[in-house]
Amino acid sequence: MMNEKHVISMLVDNEPGVLSRVAGLFSGRGYNIESLCVAETIDPDVSRITLVTRADPPILEQIEKQLNKLINVNKLRDLSGPESVQREMAMICVQARANNRAEILRIVDIFRCKVVDVGIEHYIIEVTGDEGKLMALINLLKPMGIKKIARTGVIALKREPG
Amino acid sequence: MKLTGAEILMKVLHEESVDTIFGFPGGAVIDIYDELVNTEINHYLVRHEQGAVHAADGYARASGKVGVCLVTSGPGATNTVTGIATAYMDSIPLVIFTGQVPTHLIGNDAFQEVDIVGISRPCTKHNYLVKRASDLARIIREAFYIARSGRPGPVLVDLPKDIMITKATYQTAVKPKIKSYRPHYEPNKRQLGKVIDLIKKAKRPVLFIGGGVILSKSSKDLTEFARRSQIPVTASLMGMGAFPGTDPLWLGMLGMHGTYRANMAIGASDLLISMGVRFDDRVTGKLDTFAPKAKIVHIDIDPTSIQKNIPVTIPIVGDCLHALKSLNEMAEKNNLGDVPRSRKSWLSQIDEWRSTRPLAYKTTKAIKPQFVIEKLYELTEGKAIITTEVGQNQMWAAQYYHFDKPDHFITSGGLGTMGFGLPAAIGAQVAHPDQTVVDIAGDGSIQMNIQEMATAMQYCLPVKVVILNNQYLGMVRQWQELFYEKRYACTCMKSGPDFVKLAKAYGAGGFRATRPDQVVDVLKKGLSYDGAAIMDFRVEKEESVYPMVPAGAPITEMLLV
Ligand SMILES: Cc1ncc(C[n+]2csc(CCOP(=O)(O)OP(=O)(O)O)c2C)c(N)n1
Ligand SMILES: [Mg+2]
Repeated sequence: MMNEKHVISMLVDNEPGVLSRVAGLFSGRGYNIESLCVAETIDPDVSRITLVTRADPPILEQIEKQLNKLINVNKLRDLSGPESVQREMAMICVQARANNRAEILRIVDIFRCKVVDVGIEHYIIEVTGDEGKLMALINLLKPMGIKKIARTGVIALKREPG
Repeated sequence: MKLTGAEILMKVLHEESVDTIFGFPGGAVIDIYDELVNTEINHYLVRHEQGAVHAADGYARASGKVGVCLVTSGPGATNTVTGIATAYMDSIPLVIFTGQVPTHLIGNDAFQEVDIVGISRPCTKHNYLVKRASDLARIIREAFYIARSGRPGPVLVDLPKDIMITKATYQTAVKPKIKSYRPHYEPNKRQLGKVIDLIKKAKRPVLFIGGGVILSKSSKDLTEFARRSQIPVTASLMGMGAFPGTDPLWLGMLGMHGTYRANMAIGASDLLISMGVRFDDRVTGKLDTFAPKAKIVHIDIDPTSIQKNIPVTIPIVGDCLHALKSLNEMAEKNNLGDVPRSRKSWLSQIDEWRSTRPLAYKTTKAIKPQFVIEKLYELTEGKAIITTEVGQNQMWAAQYYHFDKPDHFITSGGLGTMGFGLPAAIGAQVAHPDQTVVDIAGDGSIQMNIQEMATAMQYCLPVKVVILNNQYLGMVRQWQELFYEKRYACTCMKSGPDFVKLAKAYGAGGFRATRPDQVVDVLKKGLSYDGAAIMDFRVEKEESVYPMVPAGAPITEMLLV
């Protein structure tokens, strides 16, 4: 069966050690993590962890059960489908010399992203979107020379109030 | 009321009705010990912190209560890890208190500092570092609650030294509330109803039970259910004693060293009702040939156990006790007692397997280890609490001692920890001072925690150690014999010690048998000895445990005697 990508979102107690419980579970049981995002929610006692993993259905079932079993994990959901909004942000430092500066700006414009830093030989571009958009942008910028990149990993919310 | 951390600890231990602690002191816990001696709690000073955890584990298994340990920081804490992992694998409720360097030194590589919360994270059900005295009472209560509820397990609480002397407000008995932890006890009734329907249709049903039945204290209900519906019962190593080992419906243990009839019954079964088990590889053998014809029902309190190794037809999350109570009610309403005729031929098929291929061994001039266990069983009338070490001794104990009651077979099933048996026997003896407690040991394993003989002596605990002394790491030797062309690499343990002299050095009784005709006499002497005793049985050196299913083979393909 296919190892499908899954976005798992969970509310956890905002206390030290919780992240290592989650990460340790993945490394100890040989599950994979593609990306992982953690930050406080509006309740300072609660953090949200969003992680992306690839697994076949039985392993995914185990991952979700094992995460739920952690005492500090409160509520867990799979936010992979179209009923959820998924976004990721990246900052891309691209080589920008006279010959391609204009081209880069045009791409930035088309993708509705922003140049957040300008140097004699580089731009840093900030982009937000789903994975498809990020990959499309990265592919277009590659020929110009991407010097470095930082990605946040996916965060997601269900399309519903509360 | 303002109390010091150490005083609060004692208060909460009192709330939790703790009257027994196994431990070993050191600088980081000196304040706790200073307070402990003012309480009614009995503290057992072990000789190694691993022994403290195994003793607390044996105590917990024998008594059904939470076992408690107290050790110092650094090496005291790291010495507990094997014990904690042992309890974790077998779902035994423990609370382990470790000392820690003062909070302001944490992270500085202070003397005897170790990140025990980090180290023990993957082998505890949960763990805590107490950072404020005001959190202490809540954390300790949570620790006990988590350890004993749901699927039980060990919980570690790390106690920095300064917290133990800091004053904080103490409020009596506040019930712990953990919003993200709600064990699910009540099984789905509709799912249980389906089980009854399946039983009505089944021709060759089998009940397969594990440690969960013992932990949920549902042996009686299980026995009632099996007898009423005339379904034969097999068990994992951890489930031994949950169903009477002398009942005609008893199949014996399942798996790698299971009985012929149990393994064959699983191969032929059309309905496998499993409870409180986790389908360990030592039980299933080759996964895709396990119970190939059966619909599988799996009842367990831990959802992660279900569908982990074996795809099941009817998954049921819940406590075995709740499930069995409902199943018994439903069985009565549905007249499951009117056993279908087909069941009779199933049971006679099993009888045939039993009589054609019973557990067996060949007699020679040497003492057979199986014979020692048979005689031990007879002389103790099957009533002793048996702990084991790990290896052949453990398997022979499971095969030849017949357990009629739960909590009487105490063994490291999941982790297979050599050195478990003696300290576990000490814990069991503390829980049941008037019962006969016997550690069935190997000559290799017993040396891993032999120092605990001194603990037994100090507290006048009359534990008996039966060493099946083959001068080998026998189980490994057996694998080398069968699968490595007898290349006995580093499994021979020729050089002693003289266990009789060793026993005497500790002040215990020491007895030896070298010939079969001495076995009964030595057992009688050892068992009736007034105090702890070691019995050294010089057994057949290259005896192997049969049946045996080679690792990774289907369980119906057994090597027999
Ligand atoms: C701590 C530990 N180390 C190694 C092993 C691997 N092991 C399993 S059985 C066994 C042999 C045990 O020898 P002994 O105690 O003499 O028992 P026997 O099999 O001879 O009855 C060994 C080394 C283990 N289970 N636990
Ligand atoms: Mg041996």
